[in-house]
Amino acid sequence: MNNSTFFLVLRRMRAPIIALIVIYAISVCGLTLVPGVDAAGRPAPPLSFFHAFYFISYTATTIGFGEMPNAFSDAQRLWVIVCIYLSVIGWSYSVITLIALLQDKGFQKTLTANRFMRRVRRLREPFYIVCGCGETGSLICRNFDRLGQAFVVLEKDEIRVEELDLLDFKTDTPALAADASLPDNLLLAGLRHPRCRGVLAVTNDEQANLGIAIAVRLLTPKLPVIARARSPSVTANLASFGTDHIISPYERFADHLALAIMAPERFRLIELLTSLPESPIPQVHRPPGGHWILCGYGRFGRAVGERLAETGITLTIIDPAGDPQAGHIAGNGTEADTLRAAGIATASGIIAGSDNDVNNLSIAVTASELKPALFVVVRQNHAANAPLFQAYGADFAMVPSHIVAHESIAILTTPLLARFLGEIRRADENWCHALVDRLHALCDGLTPTVWGICLNASEAPAARQALMHGRGIALRDALRDPSDRERMLPAIPLLIDRNDRLTLLPDGDFDLAAGDRILFASSLFTLNHIKLTLQNANALDYAIDGHADESGGWLWRKLRPANVPARR
Amino acid sequence: MNLEKVVFGFFIVLAATLNFGFFVGDIDRPELHHVYELAAALVVSLIATALKFGDRTQIGAIHLATSLVADLQLVAAAVIWAIAVHVTGEGMTASVTSSVVSLSGGALFANIVSVVLLIVETVMLRR
Repeated sequence: MNNSTFFLVLRRMRAPIIALIVIYAISVCGLTLVPGVDAAGRPAPPLSFFHAFYFISYTATTIGFGEMPNAFSDAQRLWVIVCIYLSVIGWSYSVITLIALLQDKGFQKTLTANRFMRRVRRLREPFYIVCGCGETGSLICRNFDRLGQAFVVLEKDEIRVEELDLLDFKTDTPALAADASLPDNLLLAGLRHPRCRGVLAVTNDEQANLGIAIAVRLLTPKLPVIARARSPSVTANLASFGTDHIISPYERFADHLALAIMAPERFRLIELLTSLPESPIPQVHRPPGGHWILCGYGRFGRAVGERLAETGITLTIIDPAGDPQAGHIAGNGTEADTLRAAGIATASGIIAGSDNDVNNLSIAVTASELKPALFVVVRQNHAANAPLFQAYGADFAMVPSHIVAHESIAILTTPLLARFLGEIRRADENWCHALVDRLHALCDGLTPTVWGICLNASEAPAARQALMHGRGIALRDALRDPSDRERMLPAIPLLIDRNDRLTLLPDGDFDLAAGDRILFASSLFTLNHIKLTLQNANALDYAIDGHADESGGWLWRKLRPANVPARR
Repeated sequence: MNLEKVVFGFFIVLAATLNFGFFVGDIDRPELHHVYELAAALVVSLIATALKFGDRTQIGAIHLATSLVADLQLVAAAVIWAIAVHVTGEGMTASVTSSVVSLSGGALFANIVSVVLLIVETVMLRR
């Protein structure tokens, strides 16, 4: 496949090459027929093939040697004039064709595709394929880059791809302007690459996401695929063939809002764990119960309405296409009259959830003027309007692209987190509150990084080695500071997974075993310390029994006889 | 009917026939193997090669390979001719003629393979 450029050039250059061969043949043949003249002016036999080819070679390439022994006869000169012009035409034709080929869109596309393919093939670390680099996609890309996670971008829009080059990513990111819903392009992006860890289908086009998910499921059944969906039918379709994770931002937000009303502490916990690592701690949302007004009853409105009904909240719906028989009020909600008619005087909250950002802001501003104590939820459709929404400062903002990005990053970077989130669905509020307080104290003012490690040969070689040799490691030992073992590192072990047996919030006495998978919450700084302890034999020895200087490097440990105990 | 196919077939067959024309006759008699025939065979063979450029199918690849072999053989024959006539000056002796003609015989074989491929391709198309 890689030499397709070469064959493309050859194919396009066919006509000029044949023209050159013909021109050479005619010129050389002509010269072997035209009689010459010798030094004394007598007629001489014509040039032989060898001399004629030699002469034409240096004339046609405009090198112009002029080292032939005898001067040409006038007949030969006449023919050479023809030859010179013929060869000039032949060469110009070739050069023009070549230049046209280089400027050809299709040819350039082949070149870019080839370069992209080479860069993907050379990737040596685990990577994800991000399909679609719109608002959601670029948010995901930026955060992947911040975490040092490699990724490959497929985006339909060429201008977006060019913009991507301008963002200064730390990692070297191959990006291609191509339709990701075509399986060929997915394969080009390394779908079958041994290091490919997953695919994110986050394009703006529902059908494209669906196509990507199906293609991945069929071509590489083991690869996880995360897809974004807006409408329930696409969600059901995605689920029907086993898409690993479907993120429907509207429903997810509706879930969050309902959870924030019913179980604020549990919602807070989920929010802290799934937010982007080491970002400022999000403000606390405490939406009240009672009567709410919902403006805009599209897909988002419906999802919110359904979820809120379960929490016991009564809703008045305002929609331009509102049905008065069902108790809806027709209108945008941007006017004070409509809001009054919807009972803003008795309402405790309002949701500005239309698909128009300006209308949503207008609803929010009007409503807070009418009743300043109102709890305001706004839906922000476009990232470009972020400054407006920040200036307004709603109680709760819903940004679809953020929801999708946060969730996919949290799920992808720590698969254990999904299981933990599943477990805490049954937890009560006091338990959640206690954990939230611990998480708040963990890394001052910033959200914790949630990360997982598996005690196997590749992720934690030292710990595995020690455990296989029968040395017990308590969870407490893993949390000791590698420079001072009396000090404990600020980290919370959230979950231990031993062969699908889950232990929530294990305590310090928990005895680790090889193959355990542990989920931690800590700062990035602490993360590196804990990894050092589990990966480095010396650091682990020190953490377990305080012997810092006993074993030296790998070579020294190999050289030391196995049965001689290290000096104590 | 496709003009491109006509031209393609024409040059492949012409390369084979011209090559045969030069090759036929006693191998060591220079008067039976004219240099113009060799030149014509070489030029047509080069054109046939150029026509085969850029086809990525399996049969296209074999086509191109046979043509490249024929070119190589004919160029070698032409070089031997040039060396014998112009460099060493011994002229077209029996031994030189036989090596030139036997090289062109190799080229003829490659050209025949090419023609066979062309026929096979056509027959497969019919089915």
